[in-house]
Amino acid sequence: MALRTPPLGAAHEDRGAKTTEFGGWEMPVEFDSIRTEHESVREGVGKFDVSHMGEIVVSGPDADELMNRLTSNDVRTVDAGTAQYAAITDADGVILDDTMLYRLPESHSDEFLFVPNAGNDVAMEERWESHRDEWDLDATVENRTEEYAMIAVQGPDSADLVAEATGDDALAELPNFAATDATIAGSEGLLARTGYTGEDGFEVIFPSADAEAVWEAFDCQPCGLGARDTLRMEAGLLLAGQDFDSEENPRNPYEAGISFAVDTDTEFVGRDALAAVEESGPDERLVGFELDERAVPRHGYDIQNGDGETIGTVTSGTMAPTLGVPIGLGYVPADHADPGTEIGIVVRGEAKDAHITALPFYER
Amino acid sequence: MSFDVPDDRGYMESHEWASDEGGTARVGISDFAQDELGDIVFVEFPDEGAEIAHDEQLGVVESIKAVSDLYSPVSGTVTATNDELLDAPELLNDDPYGEGWLVEVDLADESGLDELLSADEYRDQIE
Repeated sequence: MALRTPPLGAAHEDRGAKTTEFGGWEMPVEFDSIRTEHESVREGVGKFDVSHMGEIVVSGPDADELMNRLTSNDVRTVDAGTAQYAAITDADGVILDDTMLYRLPESHSDEFLFVPNAGNDVAMEERWESHRDEWDLDATVENRTEEYAMIAVQGPDSADLVAEATGDDALAELPNFAATDATIAGSEGLLARTGYTGEDGFEVIFPSADAEAVWEAFDCQPCGLGARDTLRMEAGLLLAGQDFDSEENPRNPYEAGISFAVDTDTEFVGRDALAAVEESGPDERLVGFELDERAVPRHGYDIQNGDGETIGTVTSGTMAPTLGVPIGLGYVPADHADPGTEIGIVVRGEAKDAHITALPFYER
Repeated sequence: MSFDVPDDRGYMESHEWASDEGGTARVGISDFAQDELGDIVFVEFPDEGAEIAHDEQLGVVESIKAVSDLYSPVSGTVTATNDELLDAPELLNDDPYGEGWLVEVDLADESGLDELLSADEYRDQIE
């Protein structure tokens, strides 16, 4: 199957980016060095092409009901021009995807836009359409992933750069999780104060045809998926398909540590199963850990208890560039999840000392 | 992009190099290898006194994004290890042919470096 390429693909190639396959897309993984890019975002500002993220628009009289019944949070509390994080779960409460959803500003004829993870756009479009039909709701669902480019501008200096790129100082004051119309390089799109790095930052969604002009309007370090991954790990944020995966590693939001995105007072697919987990507590939990020895934890490595028994699996790990220590995420039994608990991470057959830490590892 | 390939040493297809130091050889990884790996954060190699063999596993190098096995370009006994790399693995990125050397090896036989690729042959491989 041919890989999908973002509208900026040729520009990245000219810039000398190394690329990688991710979620069916060929995306830049590294422009200069992961460490350089990571530090730019922590100390200044960097930009990421995240056009592999999906964009699905939902509108019509029953748009609210359709969104509310397919996402774990309460969309009725989302005002026009604001965003909400939610899980998309199946009837067993297993996370199929996590998403940022936006109730679009009132200037739009469409009601909602939501952002599935790379490669999940078609499955989510079908999920929305089939449930709409099953529930006989009056709503339109449109997958616009190919029509848009998405760029994240992240870091403590991102607000200055947004003011510069839009020529509108007021946009630097956009509240967290707010979304508004913006014009960049003569192109009209959506600007939101959201991100995936643990820093202040913005994400912009613009027509694909204008992607290059919008990308160039932000004069800062280009960053690839490599730095995006180390930044999100330090911030303790989940990566779909790695920290949860409906087939390989099915997890519910309570296990995955995102129960804040679940409102069991609303009716949604998976609600009953999750109400039971809320009541009993999950058997296993996602934890953060830090290694006390030299080694780098990686996805798939075993986690042991103090007696050398395997109790879980690493889902993400890296040498944390900002913190300077090896960190990771993984699932362990709930009674082993307290910060300070000593564990072992099995690296090439040898258990390395580690301990569980509170999440996030890094907070601005 | 062009990579530095000094003429004064031999290379492995798997991107390690060995230089003749008169009876002993110094071993490291190429400029191409360090660039492919990206920011190197961890390196593991045998202790002094260990016996190593041509094309067998020498150790492991890890960058932020990947784990990569190292293969020995020569056969012999490890006589010195570059322990500075343990605290400063980034030396492998900064100076792969100099301060980023990995181990020194007392060669098992004189022909030790003969089976390696020349700089020209290695250049052809990575181009």
